[in-house]
Amino acid sequence: MKVYAVIAAYNEAEMISLVVNEVKGLVDEVVVVDDGSRDQTGELAAQAGATVLRHLINRGQGAALQTGIVWALDQGAEIIVTFDADGQFAAEEISGVVAPLIAGRADVVLGSRFLNQSREMPAGKFLLLRLATVITNLYTGLKLSDIHNGFRALSRVAAEKIKIRQDGMAHASEILEQIRKHKLNYLEVPVTVKYTEYSKRKGQKISNSLRIVWDLIISRISQ
Amino acid sequence: MIIKIVIIVFIVFAIWRTSLRYQKKDITGRELIIWLIFWFLVALAAIWPKKTDVIAQWLGVERGADLLVYISIIVIFFLLFRLIVKLEKIDRAITEIIRDRALKGKSGKI
Repeated sequence: MKVYAVIAAYNEAEMISLVVNEVKGLVDEVVVVDDGSRDQTGELAAQAGATVLRHLINRGQGAALQTGIVWALDQGAEIIVTFDADGQFAAEEISGVVAPLIAGRADVVLGSRFLNQSREMPAGKFLLLRLATVITNLYTGLKLSDIHNGFRALSRVAAEKIKIRQDGMAHASEILEQIRKHKLNYLEVPVTVKYTEYSKRKGQKISNSLRIVWDLIISRISQ
Repeated sequence: MIIKIVIIVFIVFAIWRTSLRYQKKDITGRELIIWLIFWFLVALAAIWPKKTDVIAQWLGVERGADLLVYISIIVIFFLLFRLIVKLEKIDRAITEIIRDRALKGKSGKI
């Protein structure tokens, strides 16, 4: 199976080489979408051996992932793994995330921080995520232990059906909505998330959750 | 009654700008007439504000000035809504263009 990793990166020069190097041996191709970075992210990713697509201006993580997914599908990818650029995820877990797709047990595999024991995340973030998960489950009708986890794997069929229109962070909720809408089989697998100083600095701020809700509402009324 | 003078001066200015746009053929003759009627009514309301109370009371609002505020808020909300929807569409269009360039740039079509 041809496995492509799609990594959206915005100003991640500090970590991108490391992440690409960790991932590249584990998949057939690493696609980094440089989302209008002002630093060397794109050049470093290319040097590390990734295929780099460049957004001329920053459009957000959802937009960048969709660009990478369209590219991967064009190149004949059979499985697409989305992975974060900030080094939060453990590359060696890719095989575990991909396995259910290869076995044909699911169309979409979602990484979950809460299925395993380690919960080394800041308390405020933990509470907010739990709350958001409960609301999202009610709203999408899925039963998930984690949402807004960027580590996932999509089968080709799923990647063709799911079209990310949310440019920003709300794309994570949108993907879940579309799993429901297209009646795709989904499965959660435990993944480790390392909350390093770097990822805390670069990652989602708690205040962004309001922005996500706003984006979801706006896209509803403007359809 | 400085406010009346200010409003009248503004109306004269608005009519002048509108007729300029008509001369440049930015707007049609019908649009010009609609705008002239609109500003004429605004001028009437500015000169005899008490008269607007009649319309307001017919609608169940006590004062014409209050009615004006209500209508303004409704119009502003409507315009804001349209603006947000429009911005969202522009945002999506920009993303499409940027994506297209990223994909074509990679495959050597640009």
